[in-house]
Amino acid sequence: MAASMRRFALTMLLAFSASGCAVKPWLKPYERARLADPVMNVAAHPVAESYMHHVHQARESMRGAEGSAGGGCGCN
Amino acid sequence: MQLMCRLVVAALLLSGAALHAAVLPEDRLDLMYHKYDGGGMEIQGPSVLVRKSFADTVSVKANYYVDEVSAASIDVLTSASPYSEERTEKSVGVDYLHGKAIYSLSYANSEENDFEANSVHLDVSQDFFGDLTTLSFGYSKGWDEVFRAGDNQFAEEADRQHFRVNLSQILTRDLRLSIGHELITDEGYLNNPYRSVRYLTSPDSYSFEPERYPETRTSEATSLRLSYYLPWRAGLHGEYRVYDDSWGIDASSWQVKLIQPLGRQWTLETRYRSYQQGDADFYADLFPFQNAQNFLARDKELSEFSSTVVGAGIGFEFSKPNWETFDRAGLNLWVDRFRFDYENYRDIRVVTTPGQEPLFQFDATVTRLLFTLWY
Repeated sequence: MAASMRRFALTMLLAFSASGCAVKPWLKPYERARLADPVMNVAAHPVAESYMHHVHQARESMRGAEGSAGGGCGCN
Repeated sequence: MQLMCRLVVAALLLSGAALHAAVLPEDRLDLMYHKYDGGGMEIQGPSVLVRKSFADTVSVKANYYVDEVSAASIDVLTSASPYSEERTEKSVGVDYLHGKAIYSLSYANSEENDFEANSVHLDVSQDFFGDLTTLSFGYSKGWDEVFRAGDNQFAEEADRQHFRVNLSQILTRDLRLSIGHELITDEGYLNNPYRSVRYLTSPDSYSFEPERYPETRTSEATSLRLSYYLPWRAGLHGEYRVYDDSWGIDASSWQVKLIQPLGRQWTLETRYRSYQQGDADFYADLFPFQNAQNFLARDKELSEFSSTVVGAGIGFEFSKPNWETFDRAGLNLWVDRFRFDYENYRDIRVVTTPGQEPLFQFDATVTRLLFTLWY
């Protein structure tokens, strides 16, 4: 049930994104300075981030969707 | 099939995407020392990453990582002898900027004395909708070989596949949302070849037999992330992740992280993470008799438990005007404190009536020290 809900939510999100292509972007490039600030990069150090994913994966059953520095460590 | 549909939708989205300037990762050299200390396990070693771009279209990377393991965990103490071993992981990858998309391909090899894993990873990422949206999807394939120390006849295999998609959307000038989903399938020998389950032989005694796991496992994880720029220049990052798999395990976690600059050179990080999971359908701390069911597990990672992490980090960046080869350098130190509380995994080092032993719990400390050169 939970998996079906997630699949539905993801499909709706993709559909929303597709329809969003017809909407004008609501932020100009010069309005994105804060988003480009290093404090907004949660994975600024990929080696450190990957290691922490590995620590979690080795001690938990949960795996996958870790984010940008994830993607499988091949170390089960 | 549903996954294929999702990937087709993603491909269609990409084909009609507006063009924009994607950016390759920065050139950098990372030297990290890592240490995990807790629950009788001490694991430490280096990790070295080199990344270099060429002609503004190609970026290559190589990573060398070592785990030096000294193991005297509760698993080991109750069914084997303490041991030491080393795991070495090597990976290489290339990112290719073509048009407005980034294609990433990488290969990883992980080796230890009784285990070898090889894997390839392919990812595609593209920004569109005026740079407000980033869509990424990827695929990984892994091949594991499992051996058993002291048993030359034992050799098993397992294959793994990962399918993932991620959508990142800028909502306001201060807020970014990201949603990711990953499906993983495993097929083959998924046991730990050393671990045993225990079963009752009488009301006052028990014995052990080898674990038996199913030979397939399929899992799905979905994550929701929000990053918010706070008015005083700080980044607040929230993450919620849910998980379930075909072994009957449900899990979820949430995390809050704050990245706070202190002046022009220093950065302070703090985080709190909470995790909880249910147990696998075939898990039991104590089975009522030998061969009580077709699949048997007493791996504490398959039990019902919760954990929390409190972490802090400090970073310092500097540069010199006369540096010609390097842009800047940085030094970071993070310390994370873990707490694990098990709901149906008992500490059988305590001798009492079987099934009445205290529930197991332990703390662990994870330390990371990172030196980085950007060039």
